[in-house]
Amino acid sequence: MKRSFGRLLLLAVLLVFPWVLKDAYYQHLMILVLMWVAIGSGWNLISGYTGQVLFGAASFFGIGAYTAALLLHKLDISAWWGLPLGGVAAVLLAFPFGWICFRLRGPYFALATLALNEILRNIATVWESLTEGMVGILVMQSFVSKIPYYYIALGLAVLSIVLVDVVMKSRWGYYFVSIREDQDAAESLGIDTRYFKMVSLCLSALLIGLAGGLYTNYMGFIDPKVVFSLHDISIMAILVGIVGGVSTVYGPAIGAFIMVAVQEVFRTGGFGLLPALGKTTGWPFMTTLARYVSEVHVLSFGILVVAVILYLPNGIVGDWSSIRRALIFWRRKAA
Amino acid sequence: MEVFLQTLVAGILKGGLYALIGLGMTLIMGVMGIINLAHGQLMMVAMYVTFVLFHYLGIDPYITLLISMPSLFLLGVLIQKFLLNPLMKVESILPENQVLMTVGIGMVLTEIARFIFSSNYLSVKTSYSSAAIFVGGISFSVALTIAFIFACTLTGILFWFLIKTDLGRSIRAVSQDGEAAQLMGINAERIKVATMGIGSALVAAAGTLLLPIYYLFPDIGGPFTRRAFVITILGGLGSTVGAIFGGLTLGLAEAFSSTYMGMEFEDMVGLVIFVLVLLFLPGGLKSLTKV
Amino acid sequence: MAYFEVKGITKFFGGLAAVNDVSFQVEQGEIYGLIGPNGSGKTTIFNCINAYFPLTKGEIYFEGKKISGLMTHQICKRGVGRTFQVVKPLKRMTVLDNVIASAFLHTRNKSEAVDLAEKTIEFCELTKYKDKLAKSLPIASRKRLEITRALATKPKLLLLDETAAGLNPSELDEAIALIKKIRDSGITIIIVEHIMKVIMTISNRILAINYGMVVAEGSPTEVAGNHEVITAYLGEDYSAQS
Repeated sequence: MKRSFGRLLLLAVLLVFPWVLKDAYYQHLMILVLMWVAIGSGWNLISGYTGQVLFGAASFFGIGAYTAALLLHKLDISAWWGLPLGGVAAVLLAFPFGWICFRLRGPYFALATLALNEILRNIATVWESLTEGMVGILVMQSFVSKIPYYYIALGLAVLSIVLVDVVMKSRWGYYFVSIREDQDAAESLGIDTRYFKMVSLCLSALLIGLAGGLYTNYMGFIDPKVVFSLHDISIMAILVGIVGGVSTVYGPAIGAFIMVAVQEVFRTGGFGLLPALGKTTGWPFMTTLARYVSEVHVLSFGILVVAVILYLPNGIVGDWSSIRRALIFWRRKAA
Repeated sequence: MEVFLQTLVAGILKGGLYALIGLGMTLIMGVMGIINLAHGQLMMVAMYVTFVLFHYLGIDPYITLLISMPSLFLLGVLIQKFLLNPLMKVESILPENQVLMTVGIGMVLTEIARFIFSSNYLSVKTSYSSAAIFVGGISFSVALTIAFIFACTLTGILFWFLIKTDLGRSIRAVSQDGEAAQLMGINAERIKVATMGIGSALVAAAGTLLLPIYYLFPDIGGPFTRRAFVITILGGLGSTVGAIFGGLTLGLAEAFSSTYMGMEFEDMVGLVIFVLVLLFLPGGLKSLTKV
Repeated sequence: MAYFEVKGITKFFGGLAAVNDVSFQVEQGEIYGLIGPNGSGKTTIFNCINAYFPLTKGEIYFEGKKISGLMTHQICKRGVGRTFQVVKPLKRMTVLDNVIASAFLHTRNKSEAVDLAEKTIEFCELTKYKDKLAKSLPIASRKRLEITRALATKPKLLLLDETAAGLNPSELDEAIALIKKIRDSGITIIIVEHIMKVIMTISNRILAINYGMVVAEGSPTEVAGNHEVITAYLGEDYSAQS
């Protein structure tokens, strides 16, 4: 009962958020967070729960994004159709890919997803007649205010969480985890591992592709470097998953919040703190530091990956008991 | 015909260097069972070391080999000891921890390089960088040829090491059956550290040798990592002989596609080979499916 | 047609025949034992039946229908269950969840699966561990869990791979009791075992294997007295004495 109350409260807060905080900047950040909740949940399904780690999530994101963009650009159909169709397109990509690559175990599957990511990015860059290449595609935004986008993103995020929750309590969920823990044992217990790996991948692709479709409509502009980005999409998706906690329903939500915050801290030099300090103190060191900090967000990602894997491998939600123990230990020491 | 032979030569020479890259990675793969996605980035570090020594101290790259190889050996050892070995004791749900860790390491190395050197394209222009000798009407790039000779020598030393020395044999033992090797008293952890060091040293050599005829920028690691695992998968995981053939194949493929289709396809060639191997390679794939 | 039949199966690994032209038949309702020294090919035979890897040669029939060539999960669906020598539970899930996962084989309905899981857990006397994490179980219970998981797939034929290894004497008796209980419930059993006490007391018939080939077949006493079997296990000197 207590848990449901907490969740309803959270939902209520999220629902009124854009009316309480009218600053477009924070609304933008929350939209990003919600988008990443969806991507992270999708990633978590195939990587965390089913154990087939996705290193190239941007493949599905980019396909979703381009579907939306191309619908408008080439067929003059509203890019909003790209939202559901982007998800469908991602699934259509996942199907043959999984069919071919699921015979690869473990790390080789992960590599294959990386290769897919690179191949798609190359194709999008080179096939200029279709995608305008590096120039990118511009999409007219339907709304000036961020609020409609916020609620659509919220809907997507809620859909993702609910979907993962329902699936993992069902037969599929049990099968996914069985496959992750030991594929051979799972087969011996009658589980068609190839089929269920496919199911898991398609579900993941769906969520990630939907997020891609949303992205195009929200940002109004996409190009191969952005939507097929290895660092800003694929690695970010992994971080969202592992920071929050793989194989937990709410892990990606927490991970999304933290990772977007981290990204912003670096992009703005501590939310503008460092440049402001630079101005007030007049120390050139501060301004240079601010500049460097905003350029090193990829470095921070790398360090985060290393640190999280070493010290918090099951994420905040997964390793929560050890975190609590550590906090209690520090509090006792201070006392 | 001349163009064909020219391309053939270029491909083989480059392939020899690629074999060095692949050898390092396949050793690591065979012994540790992990794919080192920071392999190209290690090469990048070696290339920057070579650049700095050349630019500020005027040391010739071939002599820098004596510095870059040990330094990267050390770096590899440190990485294995403090970042990768501890992972085996960590109880994590996510299976591909180690590979992911190497991705993180690769990112950190790249960004630190960018921080120090910025994204500018750098190069090392030695006296022989653009020199070429002509044999039978075909031009052999001097730098590339010398690099090829070095690569062959290093490969030879590596094989001698693996077959004749105790450490080398221990490495092969761990590569074939880690548990059995441990039961025989081999300290698997130390072997893994040594192997990472050797693999890093090999790719460092490739980097140093390649710098005179290449250009250097922080993001150069990525494409080379990709080449490394294409070579390794093509040749068969853990197979040192395979890595040599894989390297030569990739070198030739890149050379021919560059000549007959255009330079922008060089990157794609590796990816295409990777896909083809995935789809069609019988023997290689079989060993992938029951890992 | 025999209930379960293995015809001339051979499995080569490279140049070595781990299993070489092995044939046997198992009758419905019996407990059929497989013995042999280490490395003789017993587990490989299971792996062949289970299609863990493909046969080099030979055929396998169950209930008159050919099962060799099918995929592992299809063989399980046909009613052939299997446990592994090295137990592989879902470590981070409870015992109940572990069994529920297997119980889903014949039903899509979750409450039915939970029901079947609970009944199977009760049958195997693991109810007190129902809500404990699989990784916290002692070895004897983990082996029992392995059997429970296989039972939840409602097998007609159960392949038990060294389920008694590592158990102390009282645990051994409990294991034997469980196996008999399974047989009494109508399930046919093929059991690979090292521990003579187990296999001699419960098997109806035994097949002795060495170097991947059949050495002897018959009742426990017949096989125990067989000259070649004694040689294989205890060496030439012993057999010379007997």
